[in-house]
Amino acid sequence: MFLLLPFDSLIVNLLGISLTVLFTLLLVFIIVPAIFGVSFGIRKLYMKTLLKIFAWATLRMERGAKEKNHQLYKPYTNGIIAKDPTSLEEEIKEIRRSGSSKALDNTPEFELSDIFYFCRKGMETIMDDEVTKRFSAEELESWNLLSRTNYNFQYISLRLTVLWGLGVLIRYCFLLPLRIALAFTGISLLVVGTTVVGYLPNGRFKEFMSKHVHLMCYRICVRALTAIITYHDRENRPRNGGICVANHTSPIDVIILASDGYYAMVGQVHGGLMGVIQRAMVKACPHVWFERSEVKDRHLVKRLISGVKGTCINNTSVMMFKKGSFEIGATVYPVAIKYDPQFGDAFWNSSKYGMVTYLLRMMTSWAIVCSVWYLPPMTREADEDAVQFANRVKSAIARQGGLVDLLW
Amino acid sequence: MAVGRDGFVSQASLLRLHHRFRALDRNKKGYLSRMDLQQIGALAVNPLGDRIIESFFPDGSQRVDFPGFVRVLAHFRPVEDEDTETQDPKKPEPLNSRRNKLHYAFQLYDLDRDGKISRHEMLQVLRLMVGVQVTEEQLENIADRTVQEADEDGDGAVSFVEFTKSLEKMDVEQKMSIRILK
Repeated sequence: MFLLLPFDSLIVNLLGISLTVLFTLLLVFIIVPAIFGVSFGIRKLYMKTLLKIFAWATLRMERGAKEKNHQLYKPYTNGIIAKDPTSLEEEIKEIRRSGSSKALDNTPEFELSDIFYFCRKGMETIMDDEVTKRFSAEELESWNLLSRTNYNFQYISLRLTVLWGLGVLIRYCFLLPLRIALAFTGISLLVVGTTVVGYLPNGRFKEFMSKHVHLMCYRICVRALTAIITYHDRENRPRNGGICVANHTSPIDVIILASDGYYAMVGQVHGGLMGVIQRAMVKACPHVWFERSEVKDRHLVKRLISGVKGTCINNTSVMMFKKGSFEIGATVYPVAIKYDPQFGDAFWNSSKYGMVTYLLRMMTSWAIVCSVWYLPPMTREADEDAVQFANRVKSAIARQGGLVDLLW
Repeated sequence: MAVGRDGFVSQASLLRLHHRFRALDRNKKGYLSRMDLQQIGALAVNPLGDRIIESFFPDGSQRVDFPGFVRVLAHFRPVEDEDTETQDPKKPEPLNSRRNKLHYAFQLYDLDRDGKISRHEMLQVLRLMVGVQVTEEQLENIADRTVQEADEDGDGAVSFVEFTKSLEKMDVEQKMSIRILK
């Protein structure tokens, strides 16, 4: 019993010291800059270092794979089946030419064999269709030391395994607690801050405080995810009275956009923790939270973030926009968001993972790197209807982000 | 009919198809229902989409498990040269033989499964495939003509034998085959 005492106090001391260090680190390097919107550039440095390590790791893996004659990357993301590039009309003409035993001076409109083409096409889509392909996360060309992204990870060399193990240690034991602490701080500050601001009398001061509380908390959340965001064309940032429309790949799009501008949001009512946050935010700023089934309340909000259709699609495509946001008649500011999956995949496959699992995956990745392009504002022309305008905005966003325009 | 080792579908393709089966089975039920297949967007715009989906559910069943899924898809396996050479007459005909491919197509026409494509059934398929650009009268004419051309015994319907005969010059093996990438 007596022998334990010195160890006890030693452990307690160590714990105390490490907690203080952590707290100071948190405060000085992360929270304070977040409040004032400054950046030390730590994240960029971190990213550069990681890139160098990944390049080395990939080289080792490729070398190792060549020695053992293994196939390194899973090739199936380009499709399961070999598809013909011919079109519907060509195929049918070909079918008729090969099957008809008579002279083809009058081309008949229909032959028994026409069914073959549709039959085969139908089967092809059952085996493999464009949309479902896009739902699986992009395969990486180089390995980023996350075993979840490399299905072919096998034992290649001791050094690589050690490095990977070190990576796991750093991510789970250092970065994860840090990020959870930050996220906790950010969310609680948001809830408390907006509630407090809600009690202020309406006026310029309230607006000012609300804006800064929102910005501060979103910036903390951005750092909680270690999101390294590059903003392009910031002169096109949405202005008061406009509607901001973006392509929506993951739930954190909102955080990324909101950390750079003060937005009133339109979104679906959620339960649980999200619901608490939503209700608190509404006290300070006119956000609109609606039930999916109700489409009214459009005119209440001054500046909106409009999300896209509820489903998240993997980064490479832009799905159909909800028509509603294009009917109001205000200026639309399109924004393109593109994630770089190299440091951590922000894609949320909602049928595979729940929200909590998704957040954990995000927080145990190295970083979330993305680029945000603010595109010049667009207004609806007199001769186009809402759908055409929506499509125009959609193509502009798709073109900017290099995303594939999917007609859904 | 067995799948897998008997060579109906190769081991690697089987794995791919299983991945696909699991991807289509959204609620992880272990089987596919009609609705799962109806979710495939490109299939919904295919004029024969509904019939193709029906072909997965023979005999009024509501579910298709993985062997059943593969059984239908096996019809579309390309015919390899080895298959035709080493045909053991005692073994059942493989699903991807010419005859079975034709039979699959025949069944898409023959809704009531009476072994014959009547003029009425022909008209129904025509409506699906040609439909909007053509008038009802023209459709009936085309249906009549198509049945007449194929009908040999003059019973006003196309039996499977007549169907096969009218398509004997057709490269069915190539048109009704899907190659799975390695």
